[in-house]
Amino acid sequence: MSDQSMAPDTASLCDPIHGGVAQPITHDSAHKHVAGAAFYVDDLPEPQDMLHLYAAQSPHAHARITSMNLDAVRQASGVVAVITAADIPGHNQIGAVFKDEPLLADGEVFYNGHPVFVVAAKSIEQARAAAALAKIDYEVLPAILGIKDAHEAQSYLEPPQSMGRGDVKTALNRAPHRLSGHLSVNGQDHFYLEGQVSLAIPGEDGDVHVYSSTQHPSELQHLVAEVLGVASHSVTVEVRRMGGGFGGKESQAAIFAALAAVAAKRTGRAAKFRLDRDDDMIITGKRHEAEIAYDVSFDTDGRIDGIRFEQFIKCGYAADLSLAVSDRAMFHADNAYYLPNVEIKSFRCRTNTVSNTAFRGFGGPQGVIGIERVMDAIALHLGLDALQVRKANLYGGPGRDVTPYHQQVTDNVIPEIIGALEKETDYAKRRAAVKAFNAAHRWQKKGLALTPVKFGISFTTKHLNQAGALVHVYSDGSVHLNHGGTEMGQGLMVKVAQVVAEEFQIDVDRVKVTATHTGKVPNTSATAASSGSDLNGMAAQAAARTIKERLVDFIAESRGLPKDQIRFQSNKVFIGNDFVTFDDLVHEAYLARISLSSTGFYKTPDIHYDRDSHTGRPFYYFAYGAALSEVVIDVLTGESRVLAVDILHDVGRSLNPAVDLGQIEGGFIQGMGWLTTEELVSDAEGRLRTHAPSTYKIPVASDRPDAFNITLFSNTNREATIHRSKAVGEPPFMLAVSVHSALLDAVASLGDGTQLPPLDAPATPEAILRAVEAVTAQNERGDG
Amino acid sequence: MSDSIRFYLNGTLIERPVSDSTQSVLSALRYGMRLTGTKEGCAEGDCGACTLVLGSLEGDKLRYRAVNACILFLPELDGKDVYTVEGLRRADGTLHPVQQAMVDLHASQCGFCTPGFVMALYAHYLNGGSFERAVLKDVVAGNLCRCTGYGPILDAGERIGKEASSDHDHHGAAKRLSALKRDVPLDIVATCPISGKPKRYQAPLSSDELAHMLVEAPDAVLLAGGTDVGLWVTKQHKRLDHVISLTAVEDLRFIRERDGWLEIGAGVRHSNAMDRLGALYPDLGELLRRFGSVQVRNSGTLGGNIANGSPIGDSPPPLIALGARIVLRRGDVRRELALEDFYIDYGKQDRQAGEFLESVHVPLPIADRIFKCYKISKRFDQDISAVCAAFSIRLEGDRVCEARIAFGGMAATPKRASRAESALMGQKFTEATMRQAMKKLADDFAPITDMRASADYRLKVAQNLLLKAWLESAGDEGPLRLVGKEAAHV
Repeated sequence: MSDQSMAPDTASLCDPIHGGVAQPITHDSAHKHVAGAAFYVDDLPEPQDMLHLYAAQSPHAHARITSMNLDAVRQASGVVAVITAADIPGHNQIGAVFKDEPLLADGEVFYNGHPVFVVAAKSIEQARAAAALAKIDYEVLPAILGIKDAHEAQSYLEPPQSMGRGDVKTALNRAPHRLSGHLSVNGQDHFYLEGQVSLAIPGEDGDVHVYSSTQHPSELQHLVAEVLGVASHSVTVEVRRMGGGFGGKESQAAIFAALAAVAAKRTGRAAKFRLDRDDDMIITGKRHEAEIAYDVSFDTDGRIDGIRFEQFIKCGYAADLSLAVSDRAMFHADNAYYLPNVEIKSFRCRTNTVSNTAFRGFGGPQGVIGIERVMDAIALHLGLDALQVRKANLYGGPGRDVTPYHQQVTDNVIPEIIGALEKETDYAKRRAAVKAFNAAHRWQKKGLALTPVKFGISFTTKHLNQAGALVHVYSDGSVHLNHGGTEMGQGLMVKVAQVVAEEFQIDVDRVKVTATHTGKVPNTSATAASSGSDLNGMAAQAAARTIKERLVDFIAESRGLPKDQIRFQSNKVFIGNDFVTFDDLVHEAYLARISLSSTGFYKTPDIHYDRDSHTGRPFYYFAYGAALSEVVIDVLTGESRVLAVDILHDVGRSLNPAVDLGQIEGGFIQGMGWLTTEELVSDAEGRLRTHAPSTYKIPVASDRPDAFNITLFSNTNREATIHRSKAVGEPPFMLAVSVHSALLDAVASLGDGTQLPPLDAPATPEAILRAVEAVTAQNERGDG
Repeated sequence: MSDSIRFYLNGTLIERPVSDSTQSVLSALRYGMRLTGTKEGCAEGDCGACTLVLGSLEGDKLRYRAVNACILFLPELDGKDVYTVEGLRRADGTLHPVQQAMVDLHASQCGFCTPGFVMALYAHYLNGGSFERAVLKDVVAGNLCRCTGYGPILDAGERIGKEASSDHDHHGAAKRLSALKRDVPLDIVATCPISGKPKRYQAPLSSDELAHMLVEAPDAVLLAGGTDVGLWVTKQHKRLDHVISLTAVEDLRFIRERDGWLEIGAGVRHSNAMDRLGALYPDLGELLRRFGSVQVRNSGTLGGNIANGSPIGDSPPPLIALGARIVLRRGDVRRELALEDFYIDYGKQDRQAGEFLESVHVPLPIADRIFKCYKISKRFDQDISAVCAAFSIRLEGDRVCEARIAFGGMAATPKRASRAESALMGQKFTEATMRQAMKKLADDFAPITDMRASADYRLKVAQNLLLKAWLESAGDEGPLRLVGKEAAHV
């Protein structure tokens, strides 16, 4: 309307700003990434006399240290300090939630690779060589290495948890069909390309400034302070960017930051702790390995009546974030399906292995793959197409909208998404083609699967759902943006900058993205749970709005105009029939002594959760998506390939479609790796044998299917999120479950159509061949 | 004797003393020259984050290749034209077309792997050639990205192919480099920063020089491509007191046909050997392509892979099946033996002190030979084999008159399956015969369980590969591959 009131020759004055919300602009650091000009912690100029740290590791999974002689280490060339548990000035504790995780082993080691002491030397080579000179005697203690052993010994982090609704026992017994089974799901290494690294620089008053590759600067600050025995205000943590995080730098970075800080404080010299790939993979936690057992009853259409899950989660030696991860595995045991009578039991197994941690999906993937296996099992049992069974069980329809934790699903779009994807991909035709291929080929078999995702958005720990931001507008009209979120490649910084640009209606290049810094925005939450842009976008918007309101007040007062005649647009401020540039207005406001700096704060509304009863509304909303994957397997070798993938995914109203598409594709391929080629192997002593890319195989370019179509589902978040967008970091990861399901479909085609192949995850060639053999052996027995 | 090396770095001549001859180029760039664009992701040549472009004179021809800086020793740069990611921007500060395509197509997320991808694509751009999707996937097979899912990177590659072609002055660069050619071998003696002991690096200029140096210093480590020796330093933290490098030995880079044999000098890199061998034996070409990434193939040599003697090296099984022979040289004395006889036991080869592998001789194809080889690994590209299998079968009429079957990953050395071979000899080439041989394979091998595969799987898949070889040569389904040129029907 206001546009029409413009004189025609001013129309070009209203060109849209560059980089407002919903524009697919490039990552704010892209031009630096490609030029090698983006600084990561290890790229910062090294302070003079900086020390390098190396951690000596336990060679046993569980042992008592009976004696430790480090004299030779201390005397080795280049060594400046040796730090043991006794040398920690404050608490020797690094547990993120519970205080059960010693920073350095104190008399007892709990996993193979456990850091025992740290050497600070003039070079990393000297530090490493010195560490090898230690004389440590261990008394080896019994070790619990696997889920089964832990369960038998009832070695749990907390008593088993239970979530549910309805009468499961009755439902299991009354339905015409009942099945039980189980699935083993391996863990996953984050394999961020930049390993863990922290650089600590000592300051005056015993303060320490820490540059760290961390997703959680505030927690790291607090933990470093506790380890040093100082107040939080003595520690500053700064993060410009990470070379990937994926959850692996949420709690894990603190170990190295704290040790670097201890060394810096002790020696008065800067100290860097950078892990090489092997040490990184050995010392830091991973995605939780899981065993999922199910018992399910259903009708002749495959619609579930009762279901009981038992989830066994391998947590490692300490709690870290494992309780919340295990909770989320329970929250997603329903995935997108209504379960009328449901019980989910969760066992949080404590083992003598590295303490597992956050990883994209945070337990969700383990929950989702469990129920998707159930869908496949039901379909095979009934001889139905698995998609038909999935559709029969989706949330939707009268009374079918309550989750196992009693939250009502009010924003359900999964039937529409699946319907659209089914139509768009011509599912029936694809299915027929796969059948025809399988009939014509004896030694190669294809498989097809379409699986949905429904993912709850919010930290399930309520207080974490808060964020702060700090926005300065300088007197030349340029903007300095800071918030609690961290950049790990997910495009958070550019999205939040777009929000601020949109708010002020200025080109995004006028908004400077700055390093996350605990001195600027305090008490922030981890950049995790896909919440980065939801939380920080809102906080930054609030900060910008405060400044904008001051500017509006200033104009209204100085020009004597009503506020509704003032409009920010196209790098200008329109005032009645006149306009000034944003920059000029800002300068004028500065001269008039208007405050041009503000904080902003946001907390997610309307969420609550009672962990004792496992009921409530833990999630503000849900993100949805679905994927159709087509695969082929080699019956003789078990090799497989993903041939084609079609994805339809809901990001609400996208803040940046280019960034969101990147998150979907990257998340999918990472999930595909988890379920196919990535295999963590440990030996009988609990020693990780796959601790480098030579032995741990994440997907490469040729593993990506050539036919890979990703479409954003046209949707608007019903909740008042930032510009009605939805979180995107984690949900697409679970779309890759369709790959595993398609592989199962391919193997099952070798049977009589009703046998459920015993295919665990990851589906390596060996795992697939094993499942092929099991199905064909069963066939032969059947024939005999 | 000279302790300094000379090379061009992003177009500028650098003359630099070497204080540690086994320092990696990556470490020297990052911590010695403040060129931090080149990243460390693994320090074992497996992730490509440290990819740089190395130009070297081969004869009077200049060739550029992408290599991993993390397992390249600093002295190996001597005489080379080196480009790092910092060297790509135009003089006016604008991005190079390779870089700009990556930006425009959203090909970076966290950005840590990005310089490596840029350099892998840049090397390909310098050399010219196809920018088809399939080629690009191979070009970046040695670069890991954990964020993007690779699509945007491949899109960027396609854009480069469409819109940009190299304007690099090869001629000028060749001229510059020829001025750096040495008349006397590079010989660096420095002090090990850890042990304080002397450390020596020599780069002979000819095979004769090499032969004599080795006789004088039989305990020296012979460095060919460094794709394994590099890891002794970065992963096993070994100290190499004396290294003799093949990098400057021009006369070991020959590939020639003679008397029914293809003779390949020990200095020939995989990328060069692959083309020739692949033209003769397509299966072998695909195996060598999957053998390692472009960066690995551009550094590693066929001779090095053979001499290394690893039970999981991928070149010995097919070469043994083909009946390849090798020439070993000590001083001026040469001896020739069948490749299979070179492997004695785990880590033990028939190589005398001071002796080195000079060349490998591969028989040229003959009409009635059926040759198949297979690589089984968790991932298709840039992975180490769980099992590598090669079959060479000749028929007389419908009966097998020669059977050579060799496996890697099944024993302590690359080894022939003699019992399975016997089961085939003189028999009709039928599925039933093959199934007999499959049974015998269990007598030939008792493989181990490790992080790559279990013993059961190794044996089972080895047996199945026998069947597959038969199906593909005598069955009626044709090729049964999921990858490679023959996988098009999938």
